[in-house]
Amino acid sequence: MQEPNINDQDDRMTQLIEQHQHLPGALLPLLHAVQQTFGYIPHTTVPAIAEALALSRAEVHGVISFYHGFRSQPCGRHLLQVCCAEACQARGSRELVEHTRQKLGVDFHQTTADGEITLEPVYCLGNCATGPSVRIGDQILGRVDPAAMDRLLDDLTRVPLRFQSQPMTPETSDTKRGAQ
Amino acid sequence: MINVYVPRDTTALSLGADAVADRLAREILQRSLSAQLVRNGSRGLFWLEPLVEVDTPQGRVAYGPVTPDDIPALLDQEMLDGSNSHPLCQGYTEAIPYLQSQQRLTFSRVGITDPLSIADYRNHDGFRGLERALTLEASQIVDEVERSGLRGRGGAAFPAGRKWRTVLDADSERPGQPWSGHKFIVCNADEGDSGTFADRLLMEGDPYVLIEGMVIAGLAVGADTGFIYLRSEYPNAHRILTEAITRAEAEGYLGTNLLGSGRTFHLYIRLGAEAYICGEETAMLDSLEGKRGMVRAKPPLPAHHGAFGQPTVVNNVLTLAAVPTILAEGGQAYADYGMGRSRGTQPFQLAGNLARGGLVELAFGVTLRSLLYDFGGGTESGRPLRAVQVGGPLGAYLPEGHWDTPMDYEAMADAGGMVGHGGIVAFDDSVDMAQQARFAMEFCRVESCGKCTPCRIGAVRGVEVIDRIIADQDRTDNLALLQDLCHTMEMGSLCAMGGMTPNPVRSALQYFPDDFARPTTGNEGG
Ligand SMILES: Cc1cc2nc3c(=O)[nH]c(=O)nc-3n(C[C@H](O)[C@H](O)[C@H](O)COP(=O)(O)O)c2cc1C
Ligand code: SF4
Ligand code: FES
Repeated sequence: MQEPNINDQDDRMTQLIEQHQHLPGALLPLLHAVQQTFGYIPHTTVPAIAEALALSRAEVHGVISFYHGFRSQPCGRHLLQVCCAEACQARGSRELVEHTRQKLGVDFHQTTADGEITLEPVYCLGNCATGPSVRIGDQILGRVDPAAMDRLLDDLTRVPLRFQSQPMTPETSDTKRGAQ
Repeated sequence: MINVYVPRDTTALSLGADAVADRLAREILQRSLSAQLVRNGSRGLFWLEPLVEVDTPQGRVAYGPVTPDDIPALLDQEMLDGSNSHPLCQGYTEAIPYLQSQQRLTFSRVGITDPLSIADYRNHDGFRGLERALTLEASQIVDEVERSGLRGRGGAAFPAGRKWRTVLDADSERPGQPWSGHKFIVCNADEGDSGTFADRLLMEGDPYVLIEGMVIAGLAVGADTGFIYLRSEYPNAHRILTEAITRAEAEGYLGTNLLGSGRTFHLYIRLGAEAYICGEETAMLDSLEGKRGMVRAKPPLPAHHGAFGQPTVVNNVLTLAAVPTILAEGGQAYADYGMGRSRGTQPFQLAGNLARGGLVELAFGVTLRSLLYDFGGGTESGRPLRAVQVGGPLGAYLPEGHWDTPMDYEAMADAGGMVGHGGIVAFDDSVDMAQQARFAMEFCRVESCGKCTPCRIGAVRGVEVIDRIIADQDRTDNLALLQDLCHTMEMGSLCAMGGMTPNPVRSALQYFPDDFARPTTGNEGG
């Protein structure tokens, strides 16, 4: 993913800050909005966030790093989360994780060399009777065995980004970033 | 016009419900059939999802699990008339034994109504509790909740009425504080325990019952603002709740003049960001305030010093969602269900390796065995059941000898387990309990808030020690070390994350010792 253009980023940040700064406990909603917009929380946005909410930069960094759900680095075109919690383990998620790692050639928290897929663990998607469960964007998939994972990965990577027509619609870009 | 129902619940969607709905809509159009599609919540019979239902004069008929390619044949065989000729027909939904033998109070509407339709909600007894609450004094509402015997469904089982009374009696004037004069209702919708999905099923299938419960809580304690702290892992619940709040505001069930009463209640959603510890109520409050989710020492209790320093009720989704029924039917009617000091019903969640996973709402007192076999149908894999974890990742792994314990807060505690949020995760005999014990420590390592050393460091050591045991290095010494470590974590941790991670570890050691003494394969596993 490319670094956002700095001027665009400033404009968007001004907007996002205006929309969120008056909320009680504004920091998490604002961070979610920033991540939704840029796909991650660029370091360069931290000073503006800190200033708007009368926090120190260290405090903002501290919050970003505390939550597994916030990223300060861009991730791949797709964020693929595999549930690693107990109910999915009871239905074969350990094997699924192994299979997925091997298939993608990456470990958790890594992105495939082609920049397509970032693999992350997640601890429960509330789909515990029909796991193994996987989240891709805002979609949750159930009963994902290794064969279903192969089909999913094929679907995801069939159309490489460079061949897609620009610009992406907001909806697809949300899905791809898997941000909330 | 015949109603055909296809759920929009996460589990149904995860198994292809949208594709089923699309195909159905297309076929209805092409065949010029007189039918309309309703996207309902899920009945919670997850092994049958996507479960398609059709209205008939005798009640709804169910078909499942349906794939898009089944649709033409189902329609050819008169599904819209409720015909039972197709093999996927499950008969009348309400007559499916799994559902018929439940006692659904909190989940009475889930799967029946269109979750976003306020008219549906009203037509199925919705807002009766709120209407009654608006005629009562605050303390009378609390009386009713106390009479019901309702205890918190989030895990700690604290009496809800007593918590509400404390907040009602608390003085909200805090001179110099930005929120002086306010009290808050915070709904804990962080549902982090693996094996639990009742909060989600309810929020997606009947969001207005939660909204109604929160408004009633506001009236009961004098709070004018509520927050739903929702885990970000629930994007579908987020969409549905957001829309439900907008519609409730538009129709006067939220806002500055509740049903013309002049009373005020505003409701907001706050998303978590993938941190299990934020389910702990004080960490949640810090997170809500925009901070790291660090556990606070108690006292002060959230009831006195909660969100933004003000008196706050923190309750689980299911606790709040039980309240409309209690107000509508009276606290006694609710208390008539249950056993001992566990009153009312508990939505149990059958998860993991079970043939019939799903939601089972029953009065307290049912045995684990009945849930596992009569409802769950044994394992899905067909292999023998071996271990069951009850009450989330901090709950013990129970072997067969414990499955006749009644599901009741006190009885389960006596058996070394806990009801917790009612999640039941079943494992067949392929499970390696040493790996499960390792995972418990690993999870604590990943999710600890880091405030206390026994939890933060103990979990790291715990993983290492279990790895050495598995690798057969100084097994006897390391087993003793692990017991020591568990003791230190239990005694020296501020909250149940560190304090109860020993539960799954010790129970695995105690009941499944052979798994810690397997010949080493050189494979360190997941
Ligand atoms: C580590 C930890 C995680 C918790 N996670 C949740 C949770 O996900 N949902 C919840 O309702 N309560 C959770 N709790 C319990 C809450 O701290 C609190 O007791 C509850 O929200 C109170 O509501 P109730 O009385 O209605 O149960 C957790 C507690 C601990 C110690
Ligand atoms: S026990 Fe663990 S999670 Fe709980 S307060 Fe201590 S460090 Fe934080
Ligand atoms: S444990 Fe995987 S979805 Fe709940």
